[in-house]
Amino acid sequence: MTAVDERPETAQDDAKGEIGTARKRKEDQRLITGRTRWTDNIQLPGMLHLAMVRSPFAHAKITSIDTEAAKAAPGVHAVLTGKDLGESQGVLINAWPITPDQKTPTHLPMPVDRVAFAGEIVAVVVARSAAAARDAAELVDVDYEELPAALDLKEAAQDKAIAHPDLGTNKSALWVFDSKEAGTGGDVEEAISKARTDGVVVEREFRQQRLIPAFMEPRSVVVDPTGEQNVMWSATQVPHIVRFALAATTGVPESKIRVIAPDVGGGFGGKLQVTPEEWLAWAIARRLGKPVKYTETRSESLLSAHHGRDQWQKLTLAATKDGELTAFKVELLADLGAYVAVVGGGVPVLGAFMFNAIYKIPAYHFACQTVLTNKTWTDAYRGAGRPEATFGIERMMDELAAELGMEPFELREKNWIKHEEFPFTTVAGLEYDSGNYEAATAEAKESFGYDELRREQQERRDRKDPVQLGIGISTFTEMCGLAPSRVLGSLDYGAGGWESASVRMLATGKVEVVTGASAHGQGHETAFSQIVADRLGVPFEDVEVLHGDTQVAVKGLDTYGSRSLVVGGEALVRAADKVIEKAKPVAAHLLEVSADDLEFSGGRFGVKGTDQGLTIQEIALATFAAHNLPDGMEPSIDADSTYDPVNFSYPHGTHLCAVEVDTETGQIRMRKYTAVDDIGNVINPLIVEGQVHGGLVQGIAQALWEDAVYDDQGTLVSGSFVDYTLPTAADTISFDVHHRSTPSTTNTLGTKGVGEAGTIASTPAVVNAIVDALRPMGVTDIQMPATPERVWRAIQTAGANQSDATTSDAQPHFDEGAPNQAPADASSTGTPTEGAGQ
Amino acid sequence: MIPAQFDYVAPTSVADALAALAEAGDDAKVLAGGQSLLPILRMRLNAPEKIIDLGRIEELRGIREDGDSIVIGAMTTYADVLASDLVRENAGVLHDAVTEVADPQIRHRGTIGGALVHADPAGDVGAPILALDAVLTVTGPSSERTVPAAEFFKDLFETAVGDGELLTSIRIPKHAGWGSRYEKFVRVAHQWSIVAVAATVRVEGDTIAEAAIALTNMGSTPLRATAVEESLVGKPATDDAVREACAAAADGTNPPSDLNGDSDYRKHLATVLTRRAVLAAAGK
Repeated sequence: MTAVDERPETAQDDAKGEIGTARKRKEDQRLITGRTRWTDNIQLPGMLHLAMVRSPFAHAKITSIDTEAAKAAPGVHAVLTGKDLGESQGVLINAWPITPDQKTPTHLPMPVDRVAFAGEIVAVVVARSAAAARDAAELVDVDYEELPAALDLKEAAQDKAIAHPDLGTNKSALWVFDSKEAGTGGDVEEAISKARTDGVVVEREFRQQRLIPAFMEPRSVVVDPTGEQNVMWSATQVPHIVRFALAATTGVPESKIRVIAPDVGGGFGGKLQVTPEEWLAWAIARRLGKPVKYTETRSESLLSAHHGRDQWQKLTLAATKDGELTAFKVELLADLGAYVAVVGGGVPVLGAFMFNAIYKIPAYHFACQTVLTNKTWTDAYRGAGRPEATFGIERMMDELAAELGMEPFELREKNWIKHEEFPFTTVAGLEYDSGNYEAATAEAKESFGYDELRREQQERRDRKDPVQLGIGISTFTEMCGLAPSRVLGSLDYGAGGWESASVRMLATGKVEVVTGASAHGQGHETAFSQIVADRLGVPFEDVEVLHGDTQVAVKGLDTYGSRSLVVGGEALVRAADKVIEKAKPVAAHLLEVSADDLEFSGGRFGVKGTDQGLTIQEIALATFAAHNLPDGMEPSIDADSTYDPVNFSYPHGTHLCAVEVDTETGQIRMRKYTAVDDIGNVINPLIVEGQVHGGLVQGIAQALWEDAVYDDQGTLVSGSFVDYTLPTAADTISFDVHHRSTPSTTNTLGTKGVGEAGTIASTPAVVNAIVDALRPMGVTDIQMPATPERVWRAIQTAGANQSDATTSDAQPHFDEGAPNQAPADASSTGTPTEGAGQ
Repeated sequence: MIPAQFDYVAPTSVADALAALAEAGDDAKVLAGGQSLLPILRMRLNAPEKIIDLGRIEELRGIREDGDSIVIGAMTTYADVLASDLVRENAGVLHDAVTEVADPQIRHRGTIGGALVHADPAGDVGAPILALDAVLTVTGPSSERTVPAAEFFKDLFETAVGDGELLTSIRIPKHAGWGSRYEKFVRVAHQWSIVAVAATVRVEGDTIAEAAIALTNMGSTPLRATAVEESLVGKPATDDAVREACAAAADGTNPPSDLNGDSDYRKHLATVLTRRAVLAAAGK
């Protein structure tokens, strides 16, 4: 403990510079060693354990469930089905019905008579140990009658098989934005037909493959129903949303529900959800009157935690012959999976505002058809809608440049918003507050060695080198800092976008900061401490950040959409400023001067022109004692703030990627990656660097490696990390990362979000680079992930159609399938059970 | 990821292990590092009643020189194989292959014998063992026999090791002075081989005097590319000559189709990788 009167002056001076300091994260020791409160570490007296029985079928009627043998197994307390739980299990909500007529299937945590995807829960075993529960789960005998399954997105959009027969169609909602109707631009059809006569029209279809968020900590939930409040610990990004949804759907008053997200090991949007597992743990704990725990296995996580992306994009870009954009038309099919998740169709709709990106496009039309299928439900995944949009426009800009025979940077520069044109209202209706695309691009080209690499590319082409070089460009922007509540309201989202913060001045001079943002690995405790330390002029070490518990942070809207700093940080600044305002009359009173004679600097109220003064920490103690306060003043200088942003924030940047393509094998080797990001002012450069590096790898992984593949039975083939190929450090190169800053004009700190920028920018940079390498051979696209086989085949057939993600002959590496289930010519690597055993 | 319940024994001698195996019969699985068996148990793809762990049998560990051969104990870890100068000097292509096995954690747990008997066709040690003409010692309750590598791999996950037997050691004829290369093709670094080629050649002057080549994951077992070997011998170690000889590398193979590549793509890869492996092994 630092005694207030012993604090040396130098500590104040140090504190002045907190913002912008590359502090190591104070939470990391406990997170890395695991000596902390992960949900699965929680043990409660008398706690029971759950194991889930999941459907192996994509779409089937449940004809019977025999639980007798499981109930008789050692250690089993109960076995429950959807029928047993009835209405007590509540229902899972979609918070963002994107149209009034959206078709939304009822989503029970555990269905009663029909399963809609492989992995859906049909029975829960409750036992005294996790092992006993898992053993008994094998004994639950479920009879199914298979139903035709809607699997392929395009076929599902034609209602060939119906994912939910009671709805009569797979088409959930059609969301449309048209610049002419909105009054933000011209008529797209008119502009396109004009370009067909005297300009250029480029049409492409791109696949956004299905991805799995693959966070490090599998999901886990503990529910304790004993006592006045029901307590849920959950590995979630959104404890406040979970609490609200529990109250809204189970009939338990909000005041009786406490949700705690203790330390949470990553999410990437994958834990922005209200889950069947949470709802079942809740219902079962309350039914049995005992605490229960459920922790998923990695296989269950890959199979049943929500997936991301999964779109077909049909894009039409029109321009004049000299490269001036005239219209952009975007038609999307988006795969919702089996249910409309909490954000659900809102994910592709977020992309609607970003397809126009950094460019001045006079006419814009966006239409997104969301489609139900019998696959795992989809929802937010790092970037949520914006990576898809950025990929679409940045790929199209390269295609248009090729069509026009223009240098791709020249085309971009011709069309992007110049730095002197900010603030700029886009054709999608957003007001970009600041940015400098010219400066970021110049720095990126310089650092990347753009001209030199172009020369090398030409040399390799000239000598027909089997290893060709490609250069990919991505000049991206994104909207983050979700979000102004009015905007969310206009889009029919079911909640606001504000964030809440409290700053409590403790008697000892320590500062307790409460935020409604819920960290799950980002480093809030460090960055927020830096902000408050700077604002209040107290030492970094004296600030403690509390979060992730609805009883501690009573108001909040949690962490996603790069909002914590931009929205939550601003709430914090405002709360801290209120503390200073409240402390000022106390200081004046104690110093016996007028408040006008005080100035606050470096944590101290000084009397102008004298050396007299009091630190804010001294005032905290005086306020706690309350012996001598101004008349009528309450004895507290604590303050709260709830901040509703006035605008999104718009980070941007220029990313350049060079790849070597081995034309004999299709193998891609990354040669150089330069990222110049303008994310406004930086609180902690080390945290920013981590976010950028991780984000880049995740975006590159979409381009090259990751793919959630279903077979034609609706079974997830890439259901383990053997087949879902996540990259590791060994697969990446050292990134060349730079930062510029045009401060945001809509928040006090001038910050923009950085959590998603790397992921949003990098995917098109990589694919553009591969296509750039192969364009002289006639290749104009490679479907993601750009596997060596796809690249090689593209070279062989120069642009022939590529197959969809659903393959009939795909076999997981670990599979119980016997060899005779494999195609005749495929002695797949699939049957370790047959092994001799050593 | 909780396996079904099983009994566990950890004998300290081969005799005790064989006795335990005889007693348990079909219900036992042998644990020899566990880098494949444990995931299988945890995913409940198999639920043996007894696990016989060979991890405490000292006599099965280690690498020694024996005349014209080196002998590797079946329970020698990949890491120990990798660290061995005997292996590096006399069985270079095995050393090369082990550098490509998974990651350091797995290399410190997994064993060469465990991998050979598991006989995953995508595993990385089968092909070098085959190319090096190793001889494997298989020990049963009453006798010991030797099996040439060419006869060891029977089918997918099936070897010459019979019920109640253990692979105890691998004898490799010294290939001192041979060049080597294990050319492994993967999408991400820690992955199983999509295709790999183990090549080791002896060059006299500029001519390939001897060549041994085996393919990983081009069929249900590791395969010897005999036709390529034959056509290489006596040829100059030049790009053109090697390219011509290696064009036949995939002839007669029947590789699998899976998420990482269709059968025909694997066949194409085999020809490219064989050429590269041979040229590298020949020092080109």
